[in-house]
Amino acid sequence: MYKILKKRTLGPKIREYVIEAPDVARVAKAGQFIVLRLHERGERIPLTIVGTDLDTGGVTLVVQEVGKSTQEMGDRFHEGDTILDFAGPLGEPTEIENFGTVICVGGGVGIAPLYPIVQALKKAGNTVIGIVGYRSHDLMFYHDEFVAACDELHVMTNDGSFGGKGFVSDPLREILESGRDVARVWAIGPAIMMKVCSDVTRPFDVRTIVSLNSVMIDGTGMCGGCRVEVGGVTKFGCVDGPEFDGHKVNFDLLISRQEYYAHEEACALERYMTEAGEGAST
Amino acid sequence: MIVEKQIPMREQAPDVRGRNFNEVPYGYSEDEAVLEAERCLQCKTAPCVAGCPVGIDIPGFIEHVKNRRFADAVSVIKGDNALPAVCGRVCPQENQCQGVCTLGVRFEPVAIGRLERFCADWEAEHEACLPEIAPETGKRIAVIGAGPAGLTAAGELRKLGHTITVFELLHEAGGVLMYGIPEFRLPKAIVRREIDALRQMGVDIQVNKVIGQIRKVDELLDDGYDAVFVGTGAGLPRFLGVPGESLNGVYSANEFLTRTNLMAAYRFPEYDTPIRVGERVVTVGGGNVAMDSARTALRLGAKESIIVYRRSEDELPARGEEVHHAKEEGIRFQLLTNPVEFMGEDGRLKAVRCLRMELGEPDEGGRRRPVPIKGSEFEIEIDNAIIAIGNGPHPLIPQTTKDLELNRWGNIVADSETGQTSKRAVFAGGDIVTGAATVIEAMGAGKRAAAAIAAFLAENDT
Repeated sequence: MYKILKKRTLGPKIREYVIEAPDVARVAKAGQFIVLRLHERGERIPLTIVGTDLDTGGVTLVVQEVGKSTQEMGDRFHEGDTILDFAGPLGEPTEIENFGTVICVGGGVGIAPLYPIVQALKKAGNTVIGIVGYRSHDLMFYHDEFVAACDELHVMTNDGSFGGKGFVSDPLREILESGRDVARVWAIGPAIMMKVCSDVTRPFDVRTIVSLNSVMIDGTGMCGGCRVEVGGVTKFGCVDGPEFDGHKVNFDLLISRQEYYAHEEACALERYMTEAGEGAST
Repeated sequence: MIVEKQIPMREQAPDVRGRNFNEVPYGYSEDEAVLEAERCLQCKTAPCVAGCPVGIDIPGFIEHVKNRRFADAVSVIKGDNALPAVCGRVCPQENQCQGVCTLGVRFEPVAIGRLERFCADWEAEHEACLPEIAPETGKRIAVIGAGPAGLTAAGELRKLGHTITVFELLHEAGGVLMYGIPEFRLPKAIVRREIDALRQMGVDIQVNKVIGQIRKVDELLDDGYDAVFVGTGAGLPRFLGVPGESLNGVYSANEFLTRTNLMAAYRFPEYDTPIRVGERVVTVGGGNVAMDSARTALRLGAKESIIVYRRSEDELPARGEEVHHAKEEGIRFQLLTNPVEFMGEDGRLKAVRCLRMELGEPDEGGRRRPVPIKGSEFEIEIDNAIIAIGNGPHPLIPQTTKDLELNRWGNIVADSETGQTSKRAVFAGGDIVTGAATVIEAMGAGKRAAAAIAAFLAENDT
């Protein structure tokens, strides 16, 4: 059993959890993920690590409530409660060294796992340009953290309610077009955002790393459900990734595979919400 | 007078069981077991014992069954085998103990597997028989992987009084017994019961522990473990390497079975993990895993479940009983057929294109090599495909352990008798060494390694 040391709401349907898992906290590196399971009937949920605290043994995660399990986690699992299973760290860590000037692009909830990468790159001596994008002002989180961690920060909202109006790919393109010497780009967020960012950087020949959140069960190389096509070769997101060269990833295949269980996921969520609603009315 | 045929084991009718996940055979009653035990000749040579990878005293336990001393029979089995309820169900007895049974020379061999299963189930319904544990030695052994090899090594070493910690990376111990072999062939309650018995013996089993990440093998030795046993299995699913294999609807057998067994997706939405099975499902492969997958697909609602295998029926590597059960349930066998492409529409699988094969010269393994017949391509419209052509070694320990010798497939190189690897105090056994094999072979390797570890500890006793 793994205790929830802290829980706070970052925005509508976005929560941050700190889970007590000292084994994992001690060794986890930026870019790696964990798999958790809430209860006996739960599914295995892969989540990229956002932070670790050696003193408390805490592992920080940010969860967007998009399906039945994440919704249930938000509704029913509170500070002091325990979750049944928590295993990690899994996957290959981010390659961190002093590259020079780097751009870290985060979209939506992908901003959370980008944060430890930004911190590690900064610590390694890089000049870090952050670009973060949200749908609108009320969904913003980790703004202060990114201001503190980045040398330069560009905030975009789709509706212009904060920062620039538009998409994260806009400032990314502008910076590259301005001729600044950018050694490497990270882009983490929805698949479509990572695809667009990779398309933007391709003509500039800047190596672009993306973190793929493919569907997986075990997260350790056993199921092959997370297979992705990178440079025409099949790779497993869990053990070969989760980070890959964005210029080589077949994003259309990734997006298609992410949607395979859309119907089942919608049914499960609807069933849960109906039950939760009935529970609330009694 | 010798009864020529085995006492049959009652089982669910094929048309009923093809739609449920309950176990197929019901097992022997006490009277049936005694009748079958009476068929044993108690021959002096007892070739069956040598035919058993863990060397169970088979005539010994059968004699007890014959005399209705069932508890004694259980004790005899458990002296050599920590997981009898499992082995009685999944061992390929026809190639092992029963394959060499003296009675089998003229008649049907003694149904040793069914008798073993009977004894284990009898124990579950009566009092548990825990083996004696030697006085504590204070020696600590880390076992990585709670599958058949690791659990067997753990049980054997614990009996000798050593302190055992088993590290499992999934959320439940059992390895392939939990995630791979289906409920209808090996009920999960039975696996849990056998694992609980190990816990009662004092084996510490820790789940959710990703060794290789949280601690590397060398660090475990630094932590004060006197020896390490690696039994991490064949985890990495192989694919055919043909176009379209990443289309939605194509599963590895590992994914298909893990969703269904470990995650109980057959009970979705009561359980949270979903699975999708359409009307027509093709399983590629001819081993036990392929039979399990095809039969699982049927139970998940497929109207037609087809095995596609590139050789002929004689070469099917699956247990005879599995092939027999699959046929009874209506699984169609499309033999001498090899898929060359999966075809889809909007990312969804629609059909598989296959080539017909014929058998040519024997390969290095002695099986006749399948050769494609020119111009024989044809298509089967399908909703799902399950690729059950084997697994490579689980990569985590090989990749994260320094100076551990591997073969060209990435399996750990270990002595076949002792399990000794290229690293001092590190032993390995099961599929991580041999590549995908059977549960009982992994258990045999675990048992031999346990003996070697015990000898190693004795030699290094200070």
